[in-house]
Amino acid sequence: MDLTPKRYADTVVLATAGRIDHSTSEGFKTALAPHLARCTAGQDRILIDLAGVEYISSVGLRVLMLASKQAKAQGGTIGVAALQPDVKEIFDITRFTMVLNVFPSVREGLAQLSPPALAAFDAT
Amino acid sequence: MPPDAGLRVRFWGTRGSIPVSMTSAEIRRKLIATLVRAAGRALDTPEKAASFLEREVDFAVSHTFGGNSSCVQIVTGSTDYVLCDLGSGARVFGNDVLAARGSGDHTFHVFMSHVHWDHIMGFPFFLPIYTPTNHIRIYGCHAELEDAFRRQHAAPFFPVDFAGLSARIEFVRLEPGREYEVAGLSVKAKLQHHSGDSYGYRFQRAGRVVVYSTDAEHKQDDLAEVQGFVEFFRDADLVIFDSQYSLAEATSIKEDWGHSSNIVGLELCQRAHAKRLCLYHHEPLSDDHKIAALLAETRRLEEITRGDRRVEILAAYDGMEIAL
Ligand SMILES: [Zn+2]
Ligand SMILES: [Zn+2]
Repeated sequence: MDLTPKRYADTVVLATAGRIDHSTSEGFKTALAPHLARCTAGQDRILIDLAGVEYISSVGLRVLMLASKQAKAQGGTIGVAALQPDVKEIFDITRFTMVLNVFPSVREGLAQLSPPALAAFDAT
Repeated sequence: MPPDAGLRVRFWGTRGSIPVSMTSAEIRRKLIATLVRAAGRALDTPEKAASFLEREVDFAVSHTFGGNSSCVQIVTGSTDYVLCDLGSGARVFGNDVLAARGSGDHTFHVFMSHVHWDHIMGFPFFLPIYTPTNHIRIYGCHAELEDAFRRQHAAPFFPVDFAGLSARIEFVRLEPGREYEVAGLSVKAKLQHHSGDSYGYRFQRAGRVVVYSTDAEHKQDDLAEVQGFVEFFRDADLVIFDSQYSLAEATSIKEDWGHSSNIVGLELCQRAHAKRLCLYHHEPLSDDHKIAALLAETRRLEEITRGDRRVEILAAYDGMEIAL
């Protein structure tokens, strides 16, 4: 599963697309790992742009949960943004909206995660 | 019912971990909501009132999901009884048998998921154990199966020692993965993740399949294990599934607590092409509204994630019966 990274100041926006399920979640996890390693206090923040994702299963959500736990343990911050309506409903029903930072759009996510990143985003 | 007719499943206890009972305050809230809804209606006969309740009052108001702990009956049409687990629901089941068919000359086959207290606590109050002409066969895969039942009956926990029970009681150790024939059903057990292990059962007769899978945690990143459950649930007419936690809980603070979620149940059923998923082993903290909401959400999730096959979603309640 591909992640397309785009940097805005101290924040990396990772865009992905398609279905995150039992056949793709391992690839999603692997692609996320190097970015996650740099998601520490004073280093990068991560915002995952899910606009292109049409479905996420429990195993995909688990990858996000583990990523969020790891980031927290390292003093870093991670969020997800721009969920399609069906994916937003999956997050609500699974209660993942209560345990992850979920933002309506990439811009709003950046605004919450890092003012310099928002400034860089608005400047492009 | 002739033995070649379809199976039926009757739920005697559906609550997880510990039995719960409704409080007066909850009953009062239900009555107030119903009476307000009925204002101005001419409900002057029991029939009119019953049909009003059925058609116009939310299930969570007009019913309760019930409070007894795990006990499910598979109605085969044969004179032998088949049960899964002996939680507090077994007390009600035993009384029902007594009332309908008298106290003696019955044979019961009971398949035990495991021997946690909520799954055996109904046994001392299961009246058929006190009648000499009854025969009770308790099947399970745990080495300590018999010991757990004996200890529950020993002093100082209970006044009647196991040795004093007059029915003929046998323990039958099963091997997971092996197929057995019991009371006209073929049955197979499967090991599940749970503290001290638990076992699911797949019952089959004449093309009808019921899976009883409670007190099981599913490690979603273990693909081989997930595939094993997909096969175990394959083409089932009904999967009775431990959905005590939300997925977020089951993957975070309650990881390794041994229970699963509605979401994982739905995904397994979708992949296995199972026809019905029944949410079971309800969280004791959940009131009727919360369980009804869980059911509605699971139905919605099924709708938005449906492939070419539909999975019907049910939430078990004490007294529910499903014909397959
Ligand atoms: Zn239990
Ligand atoms: Zn248990």
